[in-house]
Amino acid sequence: MTTLVEIQNLHFSYGDRPILSELTMVFPRNKVVAIMGGSGSGKTTILRLIGGLIAPNSGQIRLEGHPIATQRSAALYQQRRKMGMLFQHGALFTDLTVFENVAFPLREHTNLPETLLHDLVMMKLEAVGLRNAAGLTPSEISGGMARRVALARAVALDPQLIMYDEPFAGLDPISMGVTANLIRQLNDALGSTSILVSHDVHESFAIADYVYFLSQGRVVAEGTPAEMAISDHPYVAQFVNARADGPVPFHYPGKTLAQDLGLSGGAQ
Amino acid sequence: MTVFLTSLGAVVRTWLAELGLAFRTLFAIMMSGLGLWRRPRLITDQIHFIGNYSLVIILVSGLFVGFVLGYQGYYTLNRYGSEQALGLLVALSLTRELGPVVTALLFAGRAGTSLTAEIGLMKAGEQLDAMEMMAVNPLQRVLAPRFIAGIIAMPILAALFTAMGVFGGYLVGVQLIGVDEGAFWSQMQGGVDVWEDIGNGVIKSIVFGFAATFIALYQGFQAKPTPEGVARATTRTVVLSSLIVLWLDFVLTALMFK
Repeated sequence: MTTLVEIQNLHFSYGDRPILSELTMVFPRNKVVAIMGGSGSGKTTILRLIGGLIAPNSGQIRLEGHPIATQRSAALYQQRRKMGMLFQHGALFTDLTVFENVAFPLREHTNLPETLLHDLVMMKLEAVGLRNAAGLTPSEISGGMARRVALARAVALDPQLIMYDEPFAGLDPISMGVTANLIRQLNDALGSTSILVSHDVHESFAIADYVYFLSQGRVVAEGTPAEMAISDHPYVAQFVNARADGPVPFHYPGKTLAQDLGLSGGAQ
Repeated sequence: MTVFLTSLGAVVRTWLAELGLAFRTLFAIMMSGLGLWRRPRLITDQIHFIGNYSLVIILVSGLFVGFVLGYQGYYTLNRYGSEQALGLLVALSLTRELGPVVTALLFAGRAGTSLTAEIGLMKAGEQLDAMEMMAVNPLQRVLAPRFIAGIIAMPILAALFTAMGVFGGYLVGVQLIGVDEGAFWSQMQGGVDVWEDIGNGVIKSIVFGFAATFIALYQGFQAKPTPEGVARATTRTVVLSSLIVLWLDFVLTALMFK
């Protein structure tokens, strides 16, 4: 089993605020790997780093053994031809129809005749069940549909790597199940590799081959979904069982309540 | 004193860094624009859009500015008994000064704000990031065509503004007040120089198009991806473009003055 993406000892910070530290991850080919963690744990940042939208402070990310190239370089655009990314809110081009959104990467990167392009786009839309929505604009479709259109657009050029940023956030249970199935089916049908960033335990565990748990920018646990479901790691247990308090405190860290109310010597 | 110097230094440094970033972005847009010769459609579409944004406001404003020039010019010239020169006064004011400047100010308010808001909202909606991830450079696909289109559209809009202004001056001066029609047109024809007056006006409007479009695009591109960020960027576009257009106008007029 070969590796498609590899992250080694990566550090990243926004100014003085560290986001990710000592991060080491492996994404094998043809697998669906989930990165899970609470909001603000740095999950999405990992996808942006792999995509080369931001650069790490230290450490390395490799795609097929080659480091991710520097921003705006021709080499990076070459590497991105092998990636597709689904943004949290779809990021559809609001001035284009559903059809033109999916056609966009094809028009930009190929010189296909219009009839062939039409058929390709229709096949991608068929795969996400939205062939009949081709003529609508992004403002006329629901959030879940927008996500599926974005998915069709992300896989328009049959990428080797598909990255999903919170694909389940804000979806109703039916759309959630539909999206989860799509992610797994597309991964297997295209023979690609998927990285799934999510905090939705149920859906992610159902389709992932391997799971990384992230807390405060560090990997705190990893394993197959089955292993994680019965893990006794305190963070994983809190997360999987959705407990209100545990290693992740309910209260934002800082002064104590007594200090804020001026009841102890802490406040002047 | 030290505190004052430190904060002054910080302000100057931030300002220089901002200026450096702006020029780097400008350079990047111009370089990526070179690759557009293979896709002229991207540029012509934008000329169509940007031109259409501002067309009505430019035509109407031109007409009214012409009306006012007719009245005010007649008021002054009449004192010296030289109201026959009204056509010349209207034409020179418009081609040398009012055409390029007022067009640029209106352009900044109409097309410039649209561009800033459009780019800012594309950024807020992660559309620019999505484009990056599709291996498409947004500088080349989104910013460069708009930049080139703005530079091309501005002189055309200024010419239309000037033409409407001359027409407005004619309506008021000749039709309403009764200045001699022959004198109005022949003085204008004899007194306006193609290179000195019209040429310099065109150069001005190209420079203004460059500045106003770039400011609009840059503000959108650097906007904080939030509603307040886009709102602030849009305001800055109008304020900055207006000030820079007026400042550039002074510099160019001084350089062209003989």
